[in-house]
Amino acid sequence: MPSDYLPILILIVLATVFAIIAMALPAVLGPSRKTKAKLEPYESGMVPYTDARRRFPVQYYVIAVLFILFDIEVIFLYPWAVMLRQLRLFGLIEMAVFLGILLVGYVFVWKKGALEW
Amino acid sequence: MTLPTLDLVVLLPQLIVLTAALLVLVVDGLSGARSWLLAGISLVALLAAGAAAIWLSLQPGEPRRLQAMAVADGFALLFDVVIVVAAVLGVLLAYQSIPRISQQVGSYYALLLLAVVGMMTMGAALDLIVVFLALEILSLALYILAGFNRSEPRSAEASLKYFLLGAFASAFFLYGAALVYGATASLNLEAIAAALAGGSRSPAMLYLGIALLIVGFGFKVALVPFHMWTPDVYPGAPTPVTAFMSAATKAAAFAAFLRLFLTALPTAQPTWSWALAVLAAVTMTLGNVAALRQRELKRMLAYSSIAHAGYAAVGLVAGTAQGAGAVLFYLLAYAFMNVGAFGVVAALERAGEYDVARGRLAGLSERQPALAAAMAIFMFSLTGIPPFAGFFGKLYVFGAAVAAGWGWLVVIGVINSVISAYYYLQVTVEMYFAAPAAEAPAAAAAGKKGRAVAKAAAPSPAPEEGKAAPAPLSRATAAAVLAAALGTVLIGVLPALLTGWIAQAVQGIF
Repeated sequence: MPSDYLPILILIVLATVFAIIAMALPAVLGPSRKTKAKLEPYESGMVPYTDARRRFPVQYYVIAVLFILFDIEVIFLYPWAVMLRQLRLFGLIEMAVFLGILLVGYVFVWKKGALEW
Repeated sequence: MTLPTLDLVVLLPQLIVLTAALLVLVVDGLSGARSWLLAGISLVALLAAGAAAIWLSLQPGEPRRLQAMAVADGFALLFDVVIVVAAVLGVLLAYQSIPRISQQVGSYYALLLLAVVGMMTMGAALDLIVVFLALEILSLALYILAGFNRSEPRSAEASLKYFLLGAFASAFFLYGAALVYGATASLNLEAIAAALAGGSRSPAMLYLGIALLIVGFGFKVALVPFHMWTPDVYPGAPTPVTAFMSAATKAAAFAAFLRLFLTALPTAQPTWSWALAVLAAVTMTLGNVAALRQRELKRMLAYSSIAHAGYAAVGLVAGTAQGAGAVLFYLLAYAFMNVGAFGVVAALERAGEYDVARGRLAGLSERQPALAAAMAIFMFSLTGIPPFAGFFGKLYVFGAAVAAGWGWLVVIGVINSVISAYYYLQVTVEMYFAAPAAEAPAAAAAGKKGRAVAKAAAPSPAPEEGKAAPAPLSRATAAAVLAAALGTVLIGVLPALLTGWIAQAVQGIF
């Protein structure tokens, strides 16, 4: 039924209106004192203008990939933790197997020196 | 809530191989690269998995199932055996050459074993999601393996090309699975068949889904419009990897291909068998014609593998139990003869080389008679000349197609076999009748005549050949080539050993 989608439409309209208000109010009410530092694009405190093709340590890649891996594994623990009471021993064993495999990978990357900077 | 009862014995071969892969990683991490230990673990695990598969297939009664997800029937278990054959030969071939190109020997064996896990699961899967999962497990491992030679840009190119096109093909497969789900409201193969038994309510969606599934599988087995990656990936990947993936990936993909189309979609057979027949005809023709002009061995074998995918697809076109059995037989024969042929290439290869020129073979029968004899066996078998395995593979596949009324396709297949004879036999001619090329004059002079055939398996070419000489034939490589040659001959001489078993096994998928 199309009417089932009405809340989504309302949400979209509300979000748009809120965004417009949030942008418009400071421009109208707030004082505007521009300085050089304020006008620079924000880039986590780094100097934003350099050559895009500069060298940086290859460890960034390894660390980034490992971070994503372990990050996602941790997220997998949340639904498991919610359901643990129903899953009982079965769930515990399953998760032990899962973490065991993860541990093997962890030992491997550690011993191979992937975590050394 | 009630918990599922999981009959994990169904996955026993996979679990053995998976455990070994983890063990390889631990041993490699803790003790440093001990090549023989890692190869040993891999070999023992693969043989144990093969034994487990045979043991499971001998169990009486109904095939055991893991929920509605996987099944341990004769069909899956025989494909396990085919994959184990290719993987064992792949491990043996790797023993010499992988340490030459990489220090991460442990990763190689672990990735190979993980790929085997995925491949075995392809054959056992009863659910499209499991098929996709298995496809990804094997693909991801193979993408890395293809780029294992990190110092060689073409290896990296092979890896990237395989990855990008493979990811694209996976998306096609997934979209096809989604459309089939849309048309039948199920991902389980048997439930799909049941839903289609009374006629489909949305045939357009179903046929579009089937077409996309054919694209996905066609990529993995290298059917023609989807074969573009093969001639670059096969030569670019390290030779042991090429040997393993050419045979094992085809077997795994055809296993799922057969089970999906024959179990889940038999009602749509008149449609998909025509599509596949056209693909098979084009595949055989293009593969063979392109192979004619190749001057390098790995690239030639890459085109040859495309052609062989076409031959195997002929068995699937037949769509009968006879056809499915013929494909299984063909892939087992192919595992022996093709891995063997790549094994000979690996033995001839020099360090830091991209591909082996055909000229290298000139006078091989003088220098290394046993190696030349093995290569001749593989070439005869790939052509389909009796009494080797390839002959019976083709005979059964074409026989099944004729029995199902696909005479014109068989005519094309036979004409293609004749075309292929030119380039396969050319290899034999070069080994036995061509004068040694100028690139290895010292080798011919050093080749001692009358060396006993068995001796040639030991380290042979003399050191006078200089720095560019191929490394002496290691025992592992020799064992792999010997085992492949024995397998090729044995299956060719005694095909009846297998046919009864295969005929019984394929009944399970109908």
